[in-house]
Amino acid sequence: MSETSPQKMKRPLSPHLQIYKPQLTAITSILHRATGYAMSIGLVLFVWWLVAAASGPLAYATFIGFCASGIGMLLLFGWTIAFYYHLANGIRHLIWDSGKLLTIKSAYKAGYFVLAFTAVATAVSWICILKG
Amino acid sequence: MSMKWDDTGYKNPLARARGLGAAGGAVENWIKLRVTAIANALLAVWFIYFLHKAVGAGHAEFVALLSEPVHAIAMILFILSVFTHAALGCREIVEDYFHHEGLKIAKLVGIYLFFTAAGIACVFSVLKIAL
Repeated sequence: MSETSPQKMKRPLSPHLQIYKPQLTAITSILHRATGYAMSIGLVLFVWWLVAAASGPLAYATFIGFCASGIGMLLLFGWTIAFYYHLANGIRHLIWDSGKLLTIKSAYKAGYFVLAFTAVATAVSWICILKG
Repeated sequence: MSMKWDDTGYKNPLARARGLGAAGGAVENWIKLRVTAIANALLAVWFIYFLHKAVGAGHAEFVALLSEPVHAIAMILFILSVFTHAALGCREIVEDYFHHEGLKIAKLVGIYLFFTAAGIACVFSVLKIAL
């Protein structure tokens, strides 16, 4: 084992991700994980929100100040996209778990629906937020 | 290497396998991930409504809003469901992509500690505001 392993390292590898044309089904799958992971880290913001509210007006004002800042708005905008995407695509996954929509055609249809829902819901939410 | 069922040769293969292996423990988390997903999706409707009311509110208004029992209860349910779901999801990602055993265990311990601490901080905050 040990004398063959250096040679093993130099062997050519079979083609991996970079050789394949991106497909909607694969992209929506990895985006589901990415948005879930991003929101898990983003929960820090959620914790800050509630702990600040429990701590008092000063701490809450600091939090609101951060949210209204450029970086805060950017993070919250990303949060909104991730939230709606993960929600819609999560329901797509639950439907799959029940054994429905498993043909390639319906998987694509539902995938496009998820992307459209994310765009529309994010836009509507931010119009509501910015118009107060 | 001796296996733990060495002295129970009369057991059938299923009895030996039950509770062992990847699926033995994982199926429970698989179900938990789906159950919390359903809870999250339902509570998300409430959460959007709550945010709609909370955005732009000052501290006093926000505290008054979260003090309403319906909102306080929904928020605590949302916290429990979301943090469980997030912890299990992160766990799945770590199990899939981290192959160094030590690093993997360290990450899993970190995930468990982080989501437990963060979840309890959130629940405590809601209780402090609402009670």
